Amino acid sequence: MHVIIDYGLGNLNSVQKGFERVGIETKISDQLKDIRDSHSLILPGVGAYRDAIKLLKDKGMDQALIEQVNKGKPIIGICLGMQLLFEVSYEYGMHQGLGLIKGEIMKMEIPLKVPHMGWNSLTFNQPNDPILKYINEGDYVYYVHSYFARCEGNNIIAFSDYHIQVPGIVRKDNIYGMQFHPEKSGQVGHNLLKAYKELII
Amino acid sequence: MLAKRIIPCLDVRNGRVVKGKKFQDIIDVDSPEKLGKFYSDEGADELVFYDITASSDERQISLEFVKQVADTINIPFCVGGGVSTIDDFVTILRKGADKVSINSSAVKNPSLIQQASEKFGAQCVVLSIDAKKNDEGSWSVYVKGGREKTPLDAIEWAVEGVKLGAGEIVVNSIDEDGMKSGYDIDLLRKITSRVNVPVIASGGAGTMEHFRQAVHEANVDGILAASVFHFGEIKISDLKKYLNNNGVLVRK
Repeated sequence: MHVIIDYGLGNLNSVQKGFERVGIETKISDQLKDIRDSHSLILPGVGAYRDAIKLLKDKGMDQALIEQVNKGKPIIGICLGMQLLFEVSYEYGMHQGLGLIKGEIMKMEIPLKVPHMGWNSLTFNQPNDPILKYINEGDYVYYVHSYFARCEGNNIIAFSDYHIQVPGIVRKDNIYGMQFHPEKSGQVGHNLLKAYKELII
Repeated sequence: MLAKRIIPCLDVRNGRVVKGKKFQDIIDVDSPEKLGKFYSDEGADELVFYDITASSDERQISLEFVKQVADTINIPFCVGGGVSTIDDFVTILRKGADKVSINSSAVKNPSLIQQASEKFGAQCVVLSIDAKKNDEGSWSVYVKGGREKTPLDAIEWAVEGVKLGAGEIVVNSIDEDGMKSGYDIDLLRKITSRVNVPVIASGGAGTMEHFRQAVHEANVDGILAASVFHFGEIKISDLKKYLNNNGVLVRK
């Protein structure tokens, strides 16, 4: 069972469909038991960091996630879900994240339009990572975000250039994160999820 | 860097697409999700669906197409037409749309922009402006499908809309709509120089050159068109090749 964590924000249907299209059947749940019994975890995300982390904490899901991931269970965070994997965010105040990957979530202070919204191309930082198996450098993915992850280079698998280098795909061992929306990124997003499936099944 | 977006616009009435009947290779040409998928496969970067269902009673049923589209395509899409309340936003976003566009209702009740932006985030809120040149050398905002003139100035309304929280502006030129003689570059340029959110050009596309012009001369972020795509005059895949060869960064 692959569990999409439901912490009460946003529409999870598109995420579920995205995984379903590559043959990953998922269950949307906010139950600790499902998190423990799952084969892998999907942390989606729309909305504000503070609300998201509070909702996870209120139900004890934060500890359950950390416990399972530390045991080696695969997790993938998408958009805000990726940002939640890091130690801290500065979105409207300072908020502690799950701390699964070293780094912090910062506002994009750049002379370009924010949010960073639309299709941007990926540059590979760790070209041999298996998640990149079915895509090519320069392929486009769909972003919508105003904050980005400042983290160590060896955790950045691919990035996009938007005045700064925006980490697009991050990884630490069994933990993946995508700042863009693979479920909205057409064939490229599909191919990323297809590669992810091979890593978890 | 960010690619410029090519956006086909589809009119939907009672859950069926009412333009674009020339696609003989699609079995069910009137279905929004099939036509949406066709455009998505052709390389469209985003889709806009305008629900033009006349009766508000029928709207709830009509909006079922939004879920079908969300289940079928994997690129972002926006839904507009007849949106006037926060509840309309909730309905459309819950069915899986990424953005909601508002037009007349925002003119009538500007606080709707603010409420929606605070509740769902600016990236979901698209302010669509119907503009027509006036005798004073500027552009007036029109509502009710371009039938009713308002005292608003289009450029100032765009600025105000962004201040209220709109995350994207679509500028429809009433003068150019259907003329196929190019986008209203002058108006678009004035708006892009005043706002710091994406601006989408709409109304006037006739040739591939018009798309290039809107990007190079008016600095727009996306280009919307309907009939040139629906009637097969311009293929999105050809358009993208053309733009790519002529200095416009587009998604390949």
